[in-house]
Amino acid sequence: MTDTATLPRPTNRDEDWRYSDGKFLAESAPEAMQTWSEIEVPAGETRCEILATGEGAVERLRVTVGKGARLEAFAILDKDSYRRTEVEVTLHDGAHFEFGGVTIGGGEATQEFVTRTIHAEPNGTSNQTVRAVHWGKATGNFLGRIEVVRDAQKTDAAQNFRAILLEKGATANTKPELEIYADDVQCAHGAAIGQMDEMAGYYMASRGLPPKVARKLLVQAFIGDAFVELADDGLREEMMEQALAKLDEAEL
Amino acid sequence: MLIIENLSAEIDGKQILNGLTLTVEAGEIHAIMGPNGAGKSTLAYVLGGRPGYEVTGGSVTFNGKDLLDMDPHERAAAGMFLGFQYPVEIPGVSNVQFLREALNSQRKARGEEPLSGGEFLKLAKEKAGLLKLDMDMLKRNVNVGFSGGEKKRNEMVQMGILDPQFAVLDETDSGLDIDALRVVGEGINTIMRDPAKGVLLITHYQRLLDVVQPDKVSILAKGRIVETGGPELAHRLEEEGYDAVMKEDA
Ligand SMILES: Nc1ncnc2c1ncn2[C@@H]1O[C@H](COP(=O)(O)OP(=O)(O)OP(=O)(O)O)[C@@H](O)[C@H]1O
Ligand SMILES: [Mg+2]
Repeated sequence: MTDTATLPRPTNRDEDWRYSDGKFLAESAPEAMQTWSEIEVPAGETRCEILATGEGAVERLRVTVGKGARLEAFAILDKDSYRRTEVEVTLHDGAHFEFGGVTIGGGEATQEFVTRTIHAEPNGTSNQTVRAVHWGKATGNFLGRIEVVRDAQKTDAAQNFRAILLEKGATANTKPELEIYADDVQCAHGAAIGQMDEMAGYYMASRGLPPKVARKLLVQAFIGDAFVELADDGLREEMMEQALAKLDEAEL
Repeated sequence: MLIIENLSAEIDGKQILNGLTLTVEAGEIHAIMGPNGAGKSTLAYVLGGRPGYEVTGGSVTFNGKDLLDMDPHERAAAGMFLGFQYPVEIPGVSNVQFLREALNSQRKARGEEPLSGGEFLKLAKEKAGLLKLDMDMLKRNVNVGFSGGEKKRNEMVQMGILDPQFAVLDETDSGLDIDALRVVGEGINTIMRDPAKGVLLITHYQRLLDVVQPDKVSILAKGRIVETGGPELAHRLEEEGYDAVMKEDA
């Protein structure tokens, strides 16, 4: 298997390369881009997956979620080299897909989430929350494609992406793609990319918090959104700690 | 305790403070009054080290140390507290978490032991009670969704918990209803009326000064202190207005 992390790869500052370039990856890392892990969540069941725990640069998961079943997937991308996590979900009647992702890091890392949510039957719901925190020359991406087939009425699909760039050289991109063939459908998409709230930082400093501690509290609050639906308190805390440990490495 | 000498400062290249001189002794509550736009909040922010507020001249000495040389969080640890005219909302961070981290950061900087969760909650409960702020408010995110008056009361709860040596209170009374004004005023007395502490009390109204009786009153106009007197100066301002008083005394 080719290690994509070591491949020479155009950066997103090159005009001809767009983030989440599947075609580029398919040519340069053919094995990784042809492999899917597949799972099925039986009708009525709930399954919770923590992704991006392995060493591979590219991870691809394809899930079929049965009638009234629920898939929850959470991930942190925090490595210093290229990382891509793809999730393709097919939702049956009344099924739910919950996704919470955090990209965090500096250096020249590019970290991206690519999701494809197929609402194949009526009454399906999906909720995706991605938070990106970057510094240095790092990039965080979220490409979320939502497909609603003709008969999938009462679909409710929500996506929310927010990024904080701690330094000028960092970037974040998001591209929602909607393909909707049913008419009774709700699709909400929100995106915001900005800097750390300076006034909040100053207010915290005025109470005695050193900048590093203040920043950590603010980032903690920010990325917490991605894991609110993670029911296991212990696991949620571990994930928060993992992400915040990355922030501790940052020299800002 | 606080000696401000010939202080000049600008924001975005615009000069706001023009050689401001003012001394506050330990044990003193010093009221600052002045027209809108005179530079009162600017003075508060300069004392609090807010980024973007550039000191272009003069000095500020706090307990014998150069205040302007310290970072904002170092000023707090040295005992300086700034009560904001417009308290800031911090989504996702609870008051309790924020204040415990803040207090323990200050204690650490001073070489003191941190307070445990239990000790901190006890302290927070006591101070919230003093200001008649519901403990539930302290569990909520910092100032998020608080009414104007609740934000001001929350500032004073914070002051109670952090127990500073010196407080700069910027229009802490604005936005408070009549009862809340008394509660907050008495809170300021309880927390800050102390021979070892000092207060710069920025206000537009006599009604706060009826509760928190100032030892001195200064008028700040066009970026400098133009007059200092006793409590009677505030009464005269209330009756006659800035123009008349400043003309008479000129
Ligand atoms: N970012 C800025 N750029 C330029 N001028 C500014 C900026 N911030 C404040 N000022 C100006 O500085 C002056 C002093 O403002 P400041 O807020 O200190 O007044 P104040 O005395 O507190 O007034 P008030 O009684 O209304 O609270 C005002 O003229 C204001 O417009
Ligand atoms: Mg003001």
